[in-house]
Amino acid sequence: MALLEVESLVKRYGTETLALDQVSFTMEAGEFAAIIGRSGAGKSTLLRCINRLIDISSGELRFDGVSVPGLRGTALRRHRTQIGMIFQHYNLVNRLSVIENVLHGRLGYKGLVQGVFGIYSEEEKREAVRIIESLGLGEQIYKRCDQLSGGQKQRVGIARALIQQPKLLLCDEPIASLDPNAAKIIMDTLREINREMGITVLVNLHQVDVALRYADRIIGVKGGTIVYDGTPDRLSSEQIHQIYGSEAGDLILDLSEQHYAA
Amino acid sequence: MQHDIFRQRRNQRLIFFGVLIALTYGSMVLTAFDPVAGLAAIPRAFIWGASSFIPDEAAMRRLPRILQRLQETVLVSISSATVASALGLVVAVLGANTTRPHPWFSIPTRAIASIFRNVDVSVWALVLLFSFGQSGYTGFFALFFVTFGFIVRVMIETIDEVGTEPVEALRASGASYMATISQSVIPACLPQLISWVLYMIETNIRSATLIGILTGTGIGFAFDLYFKSFNYGAAGLVVFVIVITVLLIEALSNTIRRSIL
Repeated sequence: MALLEVESLVKRYGTETLALDQVSFTMEAGEFAAIIGRSGAGKSTLLRCINRLIDISSGELRFDGVSVPGLRGTALRRHRTQIGMIFQHYNLVNRLSVIENVLHGRLGYKGLVQGVFGIYSEEEKREAVRIIESLGLGEQIYKRCDQLSGGQKQRVGIARALIQQPKLLLCDEPIASLDPNAAKIIMDTLREINREMGITVLVNLHQVDVALRYADRIIGVKGGTIVYDGTPDRLSSEQIHQIYGSEAGDLILDLSEQHYAA
Repeated sequence: MQHDIFRQRRNQRLIFFGVLIALTYGSMVLTAFDPVAGLAAIPRAFIWGASSFIPDEAAMRRLPRILQRLQETVLVSISSATVASALGLVVAVLGANTTRPHPWFSIPTRAIASIFRNVDVSVWALVLLFSFGQSGYTGFFALFFVTFGFIVRVMIETIDEVGTEPVEALRASGASYMATISQSVIPACLPQLISWVLYMIETNIRSATLIGILTGTGIGFAFDLYFKSFNYGAAGLVVFVIVITVLLIEALSNTIRRSIL
């Protein structure tokens, strides 16, 4: 059974704007897929429909066999605990330490009192330390997050998602605010998480070359619909230009070199 | 095109200052204000103030009574600021775009805050005088209302400024509403909250003097009493004590601010 099944998903903002129009795709457990497309094509909306940060207008979305559009209350929270999310702007509480931010990933499993007072078990704390060290942040563990670099902040974001023990990792433009070096570290980390821990990864990317290099599967989105869904090597230069709605030669992109590098 | 913009800017400046000068001159003519006589009166005012308001020995004997009044005023100011801030924070969480439980909460909370804030503290004091009479409660509630309105307003803005991103992250991880508020919104906003509470304590001590004059309580009443009974020395001592207190509180809160921000 597929981990994620999306069928004719529609998301409408107000009565006018159609952000997603009849989107259908399925993801098997263990896949690493990248969604590419222009700004405003509906990439972020699609990710946020999967963990229901935004409500779905119509269509069906099943995660691990559970139908998502109608979930409410505790059932919705339980659904979200199984999906980790990573953000472009890291979305950390900058005044808190690295370990406090990482432990926030456990709040989904907490009852009212434990959640409100942030009471974590010894085991959870040990696990947080283990994950932080495995991501190379051992020295920063008690530092405040506003003292970290962008790449380090994003690794804290990844640690917070991993401590949820998620089945799926949603990454919304994870490297859009990072320099090339930090971006590579983050993408390598995501690939490692995918290969070694078997966590399914779905990542929104601006950078076509990065998507082609890392993902096993490319989903091209244009104007709220999927216009390409397949392996990176079958994606032609013309199709990329179609996704981005540009004339050939207008994109900063050299496909032959990218395939060579991969 | 480019130089047209500069000419337009220059004309706007000229019009602005022209209107300002015309308004100033117009109001001076209407109120028959003579700037020369006004300036000339300032030294005389200082000499009179300095000669009359210097506390004498008789005034110093009243110091214990004055300090007791002062203590009452400071305590009312602090308690009204802290209690109103605690309640204001809860209402701000309900009203902020990032944390409101439902979009409907937004307008009522902002409206309530606006009413409490925009009615002046002296008006509150006079209105509340009917309910609580000449007691500490009148001043407490007048300060409470204004502080409450102010804190709701600034905390709504603070929450929407610093809280949006972590709230999204915690919601995405399945954290409950209450856990999201207590673990991300509150820690993220805490320095600003403390800073505003300290500011309101300072403001309240200043306002409390005025409220005291209006409602016959606290240090303001002491000032009013001495002043109206021509005991200028004691009145001067009251002013002196208030100034020292405000300066001390300001210095203290600046120290606290520096260490938390």
